[in-house]
Amino acid sequence: MRVNVGLAQMYPKIGDVRHNLEKHLAYIDQAASQNVDLLIFPELSLTGYQVQDLIPEVAIRTRRDDPTFAALLDASKRLDLMVGFVHQDERRRYYTAAAYLSAGEIVHIHHKIYLPTYGMFDEGRYFDQGENIRAFDTRFGRVGMLICEDFWHTSPAYVLWLDGADMLLFQSASPSRGLDGGDRLSGTRWVELVNQAYGSMFTNYVIHCNRVGYEDGKNFWGGSSIVDPDGEFLLHGTYFDEALLTHTIDLNQLHRTRSRLPLLRDERPSIVQREIARILKENPS
Amino acid sequence: MSDLVKRLAINTGIARKILTGFIKDEIAKTGMKRAVLGLSGGIDSALSAYLSAEALGAENVLAVRMPYKTSSADSLSDADLVIQALGIASITVPITDMADPLFAQFPDMSNGRKGNIMARLRMTVLYDQSVAWGGLVMGTSNKTEILLGYSTIYGDSGVALQPIGDLYKTQVRQLSASLDMPLSVLTKAPSADLWVGQTDEGELGFTYADVDQVLLLLVDERYMLDEVVAEGFARPFVEGVWRRVKVNHYKRTMPNIAKVSRRTIGHDFLYLRDYT
Repeated sequence: MRVNVGLAQMYPKIGDVRHNLEKHLAYIDQAASQNVDLLIFPELSLTGYQVQDLIPEVAIRTRRDDPTFAALLDASKRLDLMVGFVHQDERRRYYTAAAYLSAGEIVHIHHKIYLPTYGMFDEGRYFDQGENIRAFDTRFGRVGMLICEDFWHTSPAYVLWLDGADMLLFQSASPSRGLDGGDRLSGTRWVELVNQAYGSMFTNYVIHCNRVGYEDGKNFWGGSSIVDPDGEFLLHGTYFDEALLTHTIDLNQLHRTRSRLPLLRDERPSIVQREIARILKENPS
Repeated sequence: MSDLVKRLAINTGIARKILTGFIKDEIAKTGMKRAVLGLSGGIDSALSAYLSAEALGAENVLAVRMPYKTSSADSLSDADLVIQALGIASITVPITDMADPLFAQFPDMSNGRKGNIMARLRMTVLYDQSVAWGGLVMGTSNKTEILLGYSTIYGDSGVALQPIGDLYKTQVRQLSASLDMPLSVLTKAPSADLWVGQTDEGELGFTYADVDQVLLLLVDERYMLDEVVAEGFARPFVEGVWRRVKVNHYKRTMPNIAKVSRRTIGHDFLYLRDYT
């Protein structure tokens, strides 16, 4: 099975959901005209990244009568979508969230579980932590979604792999940092290394959409990419500028790679479970 | 030490891409398309001018030369080389007639006080031109001088955006060298040119090449003072640099607001500057 994947490497405008929705719809139009099947947007694509005290003004409750979601659900009849937004739950808690939309339905919502609150990051001040790591079924097979810092930790990607995800869908708002003498920023090198590692170690597709643009002097490096189950980049290297990037992936590659390299077949999660239970018992945190 | 020189090396292509993008973006967000900058003939303002011209188009950049009567002739002519090379608009607004009446009221005024007044007069001229020309005031400060506090608060630090504020002086030189900048601008000794014979390195008591290595370790790489000394730097130098960084921190922050209400500007009223 082949899937034409699109990465909307966009520049969301901080705090302007209406503007960003229009931009989403324009990317969707462009992607549909190129027969894209699945279009991924970056983290907080509907709001911008450092929303701070704007959160109550930009949060979405994902009800069908919400005009933003209604428009996106309608668009998801044309192609599957992964979008980023601030989710307000029924108890008025706010999450950095990713929604997978298909055929006019919300298929899955992921709440970011790791909120970086160090250095230049301050997410834990504003958002509640997600609690679940779940793979889910789509018309392209089983996938899992993670948001930025979620995939800087190995465990969420590992859990999704065990939960059946053959495609890892990552979205981020990763600021540029680490200008040195190298051909890419050190932050870019690190993320690309990690994504290639996941592809290699999980024999999975790893699809990553990172935003571009500027917020108060920070800029975001883009570089959205697709890594195949052999750990090779099928797509990467468009840095700093807005772009709709597309590539058709062949899901049959999964069986070809896994025949050669049966890491998934040989994985022994029961040992992991037993040892983690022991570690937690010995070192309750 | 050669390892530290290597660690200060930058990919100038990436720097240029990010910084020109920043200038374009920040100015567009305010609804403007032009910039005004004070051009001294030194490398920092020359680099800001080059980046601004690339980002905005030469026709959207106004260079303002603001000599005092003691300013060196080289400063004016080097600024002129930059103006000619870039094809940007320029005006010259001497500050002597503004500064001297104030100086005359305080005959024992020190060079430092005079230098601060000159820097603030230049800021006043630039903000006036900002309205007249319809452009934002472009900062020209580098990371070394911002950290050392080698600047005049509300003078050269009074600007709308700081494109090269995260580049150490030695990195400013690298990026400048990668552009087609006049040789005399690239090679001359850094000077605020506030009085005759003043040079940055003479006044600071150390070279940029040395202090940038120490700052890289202390600031970027989070070395403790003892660890920097262990890398081969003299303890009094390292401690002196760090003391300078600390005592001048007030120049890098907004004035504190005394909190009395539930929600206070600067404390828990948190929005990006870019959000308007």
